[in-house]
Amino acid sequence: MARPRAQPDAAVTIDGAPVRVFSGESLLAAANRAGIPIPTLCAVQGLSVWGGCRVCVVEVAGDHTLRPACATTAVDGMEVTTGSDRLVEHRRQIVELLFAEGNHVCAVCVSNGACELQDLAVDLGVDHIRFAYQHPDRGVDLSHPRYGLDHNRCILCSRCVRTCAEIEGANVWAIAARGAGSRLVAELDEPWGESTSCTSCGKCVAVCPTGALFDKGTGVGEMRHDRDVIGFLAAAREQGEWHDREQQP
Amino acid sequence: MAAALDLDVVTAAEQTRRGRYRQRVMVCQSISCLAAGAQATRTAIEQATDEEGLGHDVQVVPTGCMGLCSRGPLAQVVPRGGAPTLYGDVTAEAGRQLVASLPRRAPPPPAAVTDRVLDPDMPFFACQRRFVLANAGRIDPERIEDYVAEGGYRAMQTALQSMAPDDVIEAIAASGLRGRGGAGYPTAKKWRLLAAAGGEHKYVVANGDEGDPGAFMDRTVMEDDPHRVLEGIALAAYATGADRAFLYVRAEFARAVERLDAAIRAARRHRLLGRRVLGSDFSLDVSVRIGAGAFVCGEETALMASVEGGRGTPRLRPPYPTEQGLWGAPTVINNVETLANVPGIIGRGPEAFAAIGTSASNGTKVFALAGSLVNTGLIEVPMGITLRQIVEDVGGGIAGGRAFKAAQTGGPSGGCIPAELLDTPMDYERLQALGSIMGSGGLIVMDDSVTMPEVARYFMEFCRDESCGKCVPCRAGTVQLVGLLDRICTGAGTTRDLAQLESLGQTVRETSLCGLGQTAPNPLFSTLEHFRGEYLDLLVDGDTAGGEDG
Repeated sequence: MARPRAQPDAAVTIDGAPVRVFSGESLLAAANRAGIPIPTLCAVQGLSVWGGCRVCVVEVAGDHTLRPACATTAVDGMEVTTGSDRLVEHRRQIVELLFAEGNHVCAVCVSNGACELQDLAVDLGVDHIRFAYQHPDRGVDLSHPRYGLDHNRCILCSRCVRTCAEIEGANVWAIAARGAGSRLVAELDEPWGESTSCTSCGKCVAVCPTGALFDKGTGVGEMRHDRDVIGFLAAAREQGEWHDREQQP
Repeated sequence: MAAALDLDVVTAAEQTRRGRYRQRVMVCQSISCLAAGAQATRTAIEQATDEEGLGHDVQVVPTGCMGLCSRGPLAQVVPRGGAPTLYGDVTAEAGRQLVASLPRRAPPPPAAVTDRVLDPDMPFFACQRRFVLANAGRIDPERIEDYVAEGGYRAMQTALQSMAPDDVIEAIAASGLRGRGGAGYPTAKKWRLLAAAGGEHKYVVANGDEGDPGAFMDRTVMEDDPHRVLEGIALAAYATGADRAFLYVRAEFARAVERLDAAIRAARRHRLLGRRVLGSDFSLDVSVRIGAGAFVCGEETALMASVEGGRGTPRLRPPYPTEQGLWGAPTVINNVETLANVPGIIGRGPEAFAAIGTSASNGTKVFALAGSLVNTGLIEVPMGITLRQIVEDVGGGIAGGRAFKAAQTGGPSGGCIPAELLDTPMDYERLQALGSIMGSGGLIVMDDSVTMPEVARYFMEFCRDESCGKCVPCRAGTVQLVGLLDRICTGAGTTRDLAQLESLGQTVRETSLCGLGQTAPNPLFSTLEHFRGEYLDLLVDGDTAGGEDG
């Protein structure tokens, strides 16, 4: 895609508002710049276009098919609708499909309150899931010393794959298998911790929209209670004894 | 460097060779007949020929598909200068008896032989028009000389010697040829885009990733007449200025891969492909790429990813392959059957082709006719033939005294056509208007023992299993659609399930990334449109009003 020029050189209409666009710019970028929100789960500025999450679909006047805003180049004179009832219903269903497909239990997730999937569900008013939960058992990879991967929360947006390949240049991640069996793999499907090309840069963790990739130590299950500290302090205070205390692992 | 092949010399030599034999016995060795025991038949016929001492008199020719697969193994006896006789159900024993009846002074053939004669005027054959399959069943696909003797590579020679690339495209435009992969895009239009594109290299890809359940049209063309496909590719490359070509064939079609490979080697040896074809300035490098058998790899962008050695997932269009295709270079992708039409169009002239079919859909279409019919097999019929003619005449009607219920065209991306629409002419637009598609040519006829929600479930399961997983609506949506159809088919579904089925189907159709997902709900919607009552009958709460989202 052409590099945006210094001055916008075309104009489109998004939800009735005129928006000036750079040549080669995507509808998503143009709308974002104009402050018109179009949701997305797979697009990230700076990465190649993937077009897989489909929540950014918009209507373009004169087109009978919906267009993904992330992958549609803004063309002078385009008239775009981003929030029709039809689009909102499609987005809702897609988000519900994601919730039903994996195991997204916000209450015990490291990303609770900082999750793009959760935010989008809230924005769309998703208060229950109409589809049958699949409850997959996809496993968790905690082999990396610093990071964890919970496959159950992965929405296969491939942000980590693209970030690792295009920004870090390490190419650790890939998506293996197909259909509902698709999953993220490190190297040739090895435990992440055994990857020799991973630089532990953490960019994949930074870019993950959900809690699938996370910093170790932040997980709910990783919370450690150290009740002995009270006894130690009490003994120190009341008896003046400062016994050496073994650190909790 | 070897001199270019003189097609006239090869043809003359081949005709002399054929003329030495008083009778030629063609034995179908195509997949369907092989499954019925044609290998044993061929061995028996060859042995019997030796034992009867007929080796000088009778030539046994292994050929491709003769069409009427339900009567296989098939064999055809062609006397020198006489009319051929086609035999059905030629078991090994029947083959032996057939050979015994061949000598000049042999006693009249026994009933075991005459009973197997198939009437050439039976509607199955009479309604057909063989254009793409002109050679299938008539030549040994493993001999390039057989193809040349039937007029093969003449179209290419004509084009190279007396036509400019643009003339070839114009001829294709005049013929009205449209893509046989299903969508029906005008072939000449696609070629013009490639011809106009710049760049150091341009590619032609033949899409032989036929994946519809029950379909074997492209497979048969590749196995039974591989040189026709190669000639079509060469003409496409010449017309568009491409210098490299790939044949993308799924690994399951092992024999097609083997034959195409051998055909490419033979054509190169005779300078019909490779550098400076037939002594002209045109060069073309053709090779086979084997796919791992994923349905989605029939989608052109996924196919290209697979050819490049990547994971077969689709990408967004635009850019279209003619702008950015293989390795970023302009590429045209045509279905195998489309390309196999090209030598005939150039060789016989576009008018001959345009004269067949309807005004908007010219030429013939090959269908794999399957299901509850008396006659099943591989058929080639003129476009515009009605479904009724295919079912009642070509197919011989429904077998077992049952009634016709529906025909599924276009496989998992298509839809069903009910009895009241049997008089629909088969062309691209009219099938689409009915909620089905022409597709690549799968045609499954169902009798009244079939329940349509189960048909929809079958195709939905197929799409779920074949989804690549890249986009959410197709990956997760097909799983839920199968779940809902499961509930309905097992009698546990509610009106709410049905409403959700339709609403989710719409989302999958409108928001999926590629054609696989966008068309996956087609069998569902078309069965709902024509057989809604069957769904309603299966619901547990059939009488209550549609439930709202709870």
